[in-house]
Amino acid sequence: MSGSDNKWIGENTIRPDGADKVTGRAAFAADTSMPGMIWGKVLRSPHAHAVIKGIDTSKAEALPGVKAVMTAADIVDFPTDTPVALGIQDMRWMCRNVMAREKALFHGHPVAAVAAMTEAIAAEACKLIEVDYEVLPHAIEIDDALAPDAPILHDFIEFEGKPSNIAGTIEHTKGDVEAGFAEADVVIERDFTTRPVHQGYIEPHACLVSVASDNKTTIWSSSQGQFMVRAMVGLLTGLTQSDIRAIPAEIGGGFGGKTIVYLEPLATILSKKSGRPVKMTMTREEVMRASGPTSGSKSTIKIGVKKDGTITAAEGIYWLQAGGLPGAPVRGAVGCALAPYDIANGHTLGYDVVCNRSKVAAYRAPGAPIGAFGVECVIDELAEAIGMDPLDLRLKNAAREGTQAVHGPTYPVMGYVESLTSAKAHEHYNAPLGPNQGRGVASGFWFNAGGESSAQVNITEDGNVVVTTGHPDIGGSRAGIANICAELLGIDYKRISVLIGDTATIGFSNLTGGSRVLFASSMVVTESTKNIIRTLCELAAKIWDIDPDAVEWEDGAARPAGANAGQFDPLTLAELAARANETGGPIGAGAQVNTTGAEGGFGTHICDVEVDPELGIARVIRYTVLQDVGRAVHPAYVEGQMQGGAAQAIGWALNEEYLYDKDGKVDNPGFLDYRMPVASDLPMLDTHIIEIPNPKHPQGVRGVGEVPLVPGLSAVRNAVYNAIGIRFNDLPLSPPRILAALDVREAAE
Amino acid sequence: MTDIQYLAPTSLDEAISAYAGANGTGRILAGGTDLLVQMQAGMVAPGLIVDIKNIAEVTGIEETAEGGFIVGAAVSGAALEKHAGFAEAWPGVLEGLNLIGSTQIQGRASLGGNLCNGSPAADSVPAMVAAGAILTVQGPDGRREIAVEDVPTGPGKTSLKPGEIAVSFAFPARAVGQGDAYLRMIPRTEMDIAVVGVGVNLTLEGGVCTAARVGLGAVAPTVLLVEDAAKALIGTKLEDSALEAAAAACSAACNPIDDKRGTIAYRTQVAGVLLKRTAGIAAERTLRT
Repeated sequence: MSGSDNKWIGENTIRPDGADKVTGRAAFAADTSMPGMIWGKVLRSPHAHAVIKGIDTSKAEALPGVKAVMTAADIVDFPTDTPVALGIQDMRWMCRNVMAREKALFHGHPVAAVAAMTEAIAAEACKLIEVDYEVLPHAIEIDDALAPDAPILHDFIEFEGKPSNIAGTIEHTKGDVEAGFAEADVVIERDFTTRPVHQGYIEPHACLVSVASDNKTTIWSSSQGQFMVRAMVGLLTGLTQSDIRAIPAEIGGGFGGKTIVYLEPLATILSKKSGRPVKMTMTREEVMRASGPTSGSKSTIKIGVKKDGTITAAEGIYWLQAGGLPGAPVRGAVGCALAPYDIANGHTLGYDVVCNRSKVAAYRAPGAPIGAFGVECVIDELAEAIGMDPLDLRLKNAAREGTQAVHGPTYPVMGYVESLTSAKAHEHYNAPLGPNQGRGVASGFWFNAGGESSAQVNITEDGNVVVTTGHPDIGGSRAGIANICAELLGIDYKRISVLIGDTATIGFSNLTGGSRVLFASSMVVTESTKNIIRTLCELAAKIWDIDPDAVEWEDGAARPAGANAGQFDPLTLAELAARANETGGPIGAGAQVNTTGAEGGFGTHICDVEVDPELGIARVIRYTVLQDVGRAVHPAYVEGQMQGGAAQAIGWALNEEYLYDKDGKVDNPGFLDYRMPVASDLPMLDTHIIEIPNPKHPQGVRGVGEVPLVPGLSAVRNAVYNAIGIRFNDLPLSPPRILAALDVREAAE
Repeated sequence: MTDIQYLAPTSLDEAISAYAGANGTGRILAGGTDLLVQMQAGMVAPGLIVDIKNIAEVTGIEETAEGGFIVGAAVSGAALEKHAGFAEAWPGVLEGLNLIGSTQIQGRASLGGNLCNGSPAADSVPAMVAAGAILTVQGPDGRREIAVEDVPTGPGKTSLKPGEIAVSFAFPARAVGQGDAYLRMIPRTEMDIAVVGVGVNLTLEGGVCTAARVGLGAVAPTVLLVEDAAKALIGTKLEDSALEAAAAACSAACNPIDDKRGTIAYRTQVAGVLLKRTAGIAAERTLRT
């Protein structure tokens, strides 16, 4: 694997999905229709917390045009005392999230659904459903949920022997933090909060489901995993997986938020009941009210250093909001928080706190930005306290090959140090700053992931290639696979079509998430392609009547090697394909592997902001993302991931937050007032790709997509401090908050 | 499932007769950038929609003999932007209108719609108030003129009588030494609604401010004409002390609410900051004419 010899790996080849997307031909989930199709609509709870005492659907059922009505009674009940894990989800919570069972747990929680001839009739029918609620007090914020008199969401959850809203904890311990703090010259302890933020995918959830009278079920939906959809729908409806064909639509963004189901099980039940294909789409308002954001958090971070910069101990205690059902990304917070550092004494502990918000879903490095936020802020403050450059302080304590992380693993070769040294040497880090401008840095880590992947590689009769894998492409995996396959076969990438199979046409593949897809799918594609090359060499050997071991594959053709070198003209892929039937038969190979060897990823960000001191507006004016990506198989896509993560981090840091009214209802369920950054809010986000190949992967791939969200919150916050001298420990850094802090300081002076 | 009747008449009389005959269930469609969104959200359910875009008088731009402008109430932001004479004379009004929404919205959004929607945060209204623009309306009882600042009476409410339709805006002629400007505060850079908006229109003679009007948006139930701010500027050379006094008058005029778009304290403070900045831009523009 020598990067400089590559012809296709490292090239910005034309995206396989590009033409369809720019011409509008790409078929997203809501673009699919069927003859006889009807429309499903969800009735949602108008209360943040209420017991459902009864539901009367008779008036809705009697409305002309209504074909089916369903409630939680139609969904398989998973008792709360028996865990049924499916990936990071638990079916006990999924069955209660897709439709409220005993209780409505948040405003917008589905309580019933209707399928009717038109969307308007379905909406009208929803209004006719009578739900008898016993409204309960609600708890939206963490402190509300942890208060001694807090309303308890679930009587089956106990913590320390008492009914509680704490659904679980995760803890990592290394060494002895108390002893470590005693060794420190400076110890800083601070409290932080971050707000829940939505993934903000452009495409709302949508699906079309057709259940035939023999239960054969076809699902078209927008998800990050067609096999996840198949499994969850099977479990929630009682259908067997072999009866379900889940077809992944082109996806309009996911960022983790489409790793679970919302509409698919409902549409399946409505289709089964009505005998008609049922289409369901969410409005943006429904997306904002009822689909997962990531957690809000509070945390206490304590770190001690010696005067020379050595970190002697670090501790982070976190509380993460899960929403109405357990499952906050505590693992990411407590696992990633201290991961960039070689720390002798470390302790992280996280609490999973249920509250009356929509259930969280994965969001790009779930939990890790929350974990890193306070740590990277305290490190910034410590650097100032001991008079050390913040990058030097990180470098002094940087995790390297052989470092044992606080969360357990011992690192192999990896490029965290390079991200710091590259940042230090970067022109950006050394550029002058103007008035009211400031610069901040921060680092971050994400685990990355391997897991199950399947691929099938087939040679067409005319000597071209079709590759099928089993993961929705949300970050460029098709382009990456085309480059890798072209490299291995020695042919132009345009001769390779990369497709995403459905659950009936490709073997089991875990969902798109964890920054696992190119890592894992390129392993199975590589194995398949190598098997094909072996077959092609065997075919050539048969034609030439020489030993197969005496045939080499080079530049897209079989060539006689060794003693036979030069004896025969090379046989190209097209020539061998044309003679496939006379020499053996169809040429193709598949592989199915539970992949391992995904190693973590590290990045460092540099952020410049300019603060308008009269209006309190902080604008990011320059930003550089430096990251070890292992191998940039398709650099433009890699840069896109690095920029996309940073953009989401900037939104999280500056303006994004849900605003709840006193009744526990989201007051800003749309992009107008839920203020994600628009293009004009951001400068060009510069990237600096570092390639330290993953030794456990054939092409050196590491996950790329999630790391770049992790450092950004603190990079922005540290830059604001550098600009105006005020350390904000609560996000977002919205104009009223900054202006109020400036006023407080002015009054004090 | 209510049936909606849609009419697109070519004369004002026809439009008024249909609109007045709808007994309050009618809505006027100019660009539709508010109406259609409100219908989609279920906030309004009109029985009749009267599309006025086929009526020449409400979609035209006319330069008067005196050098003023008559701008049809349904003229889109994109169309007004292309009118070189208006852009030269009233850059502040134009920047208020052009700040609304995206490029696509600009193809539809109009001054009349922005005003009659009755939002206190309407971007074009503070600049129109500062400009001293006069709205002509026509209804079953004929035509009348209303100063723009007298049109909004509360969030979503206007002083238009039943059956009255906004026809056009009259903007006065410009003289040497006059300039206007509009600035708004939004947390982002685009695609947002004003947290505070300030329109300023100044006349300077020999460096002395001889006339001023200040419109202030998003800080009260209606867009305000802040006469105290204007008084603080008139007769001065726009020295810092004068600007501070005008800023204080703007802050004092604020009667905002705490909502998802901003706090009372923030809005009150920022109103003054924006007054100073907007006045500075308007003053610079007086030098161009």
